[in-house]
Amino acid sequence: MSHPKKPITATLFYGIASLLLYTLLFLNADLFIEWAERTKDHKSLFLIPVVVAFVFSYFHGAFTSYFWEILGLRAAKSGGKH
Amino acid sequence: MESSLFIDLNLYSILALFVVGFVGGMVSGFIGSGGAFVLTPAMMTLGVPGIVAVASNICHKFPKSLVGAMKRHKYGQVDVKLGLIMGVIAEAGMLIGKQVMTGIKHLYGDVGTSLYVSVVFVIVLAVVGTFVLRDAYRMFQQEKAAGAEAPHEASRLARWVQSVRIPGTMVYFPSIKAQVSLLFIVPLGFATGMLAATIAVGGFIGVPAMIYVLGAPALMATATELVIAFVMGLGGTVLYALDGVVDIRLAMIILAGSLFGIQIGAIGTTYVKDSLVKLVMGLIMVIMLFSRFFYVPGYLSTLGLIAPIQDSTIGYLKLLGDATLVLALGVGGLTIILALIKGMVAYRLAQGV
Repeated sequence: MSHPKKPITATLFYGIASLLLYTLLFLNADLFIEWAERTKDHKSLFLIPVVVAFVFSYFHGAFTSYFWEILGLRAAKSGGKH
Repeated sequence: MESSLFIDLNLYSILALFVVGFVGGMVSGFIGSGGAFVLTPAMMTLGVPGIVAVASNICHKFPKSLVGAMKRHKYGQVDVKLGLIMGVIAEAGMLIGKQVMTGIKHLYGDVGTSLYVSVVFVIVLAVVGTFVLRDAYRMFQQEKAAGAEAPHEASRLARWVQSVRIPGTMVYFPSIKAQVSLLFIVPLGFATGMLAATIAVGGFIGVPAMIYVLGAPALMATATELVIAFVMGLGGTVLYALDGVVDIRLAMIILAGSLFGIQIGAIGTTYVKDSLVKLVMGLIMVIMLFSRFFYVPGYLSTLGLIAPIQDSTIGYLKLLGDATLVLALGVGGLTIILALIKGMVAYRLAQGV
């Protein structure tokens, strides 16, 4: 891939966002456990882990992609062979 | 639901799950699935109840597969249509697979379920794993002789499948570059889901099925498997979340590691040939197969089919079985890293960078 510019800003942005999400999750871990326990009576609470997973995958997914890119790990030009 | 379902986490357990997640993610990014077979026992070893381990594992699987599928879509390797159709059918297969497991448990107890899992495990891994490994070896020989990548050739079975025309059921799939009847896709997707519910890795049927029965190249089959895993994982997560057994902390710790890994696995596929993807898959399957040898004496002893074995010996054998699973994942991960480094060096030399 011929783009030597390293996406430092994007890596930092998604990295901090990801770190923030993880901090929030673990600071409020008891709350999440309580919601899971209450799902039996309040079915709509099942959405919480699903939404959390989507949000984390967006920010942490982007971060990990940029992270390896700034370390020089990039796909071969034009990607796959097929 | 009692809070005892959700264990206290310490630094050791967080690190262990992160590392297993990382290697599992790398293998998933490369062969479309994998890692789950180590993660569930790993969590249970840490004291997580079985149901929560399965639920949290599946809750990390769908976002991981989503990220992997999107990454490999950028490389033009994903057949979204095939993935979504097979994914929805696999979802049904997974539900039935779960019912079958529950039914066996009611009739024959935990040992019955374990034996059923072992039989499926041995048949699928021995038959499909050996076949995939043999095919990889054949391709390596061809490449060695020709000095170039062996061209993708659909198997005789796939050519026949592509030649069958059943009006009203024909769909064109870009990965296969041909029309295939949905009537062939349904049992394959269903078996993928059934296997996912039984041994946690549906891809060991899904990927070889797409390659050898439908005629897709290995790189596209493994990338498309990520879409199937996403659909199945999302459905599974909703089901378990409705029961309140998903431990989102565990799922997100594994995800933290696996997203680092899946990027490496996906990038790795752009530097390798179909033959290497098959090699990694075949190797993991065959090593995993050996893990069963360590579990079976315990089941037989419990059933009274052989002389009783001491509990401590059974525990020790089980540990060896779990270690073999870790070895399977480790060998897969190492092969991917080596292939990636080799590929990148060769690529940069060729580019004159």
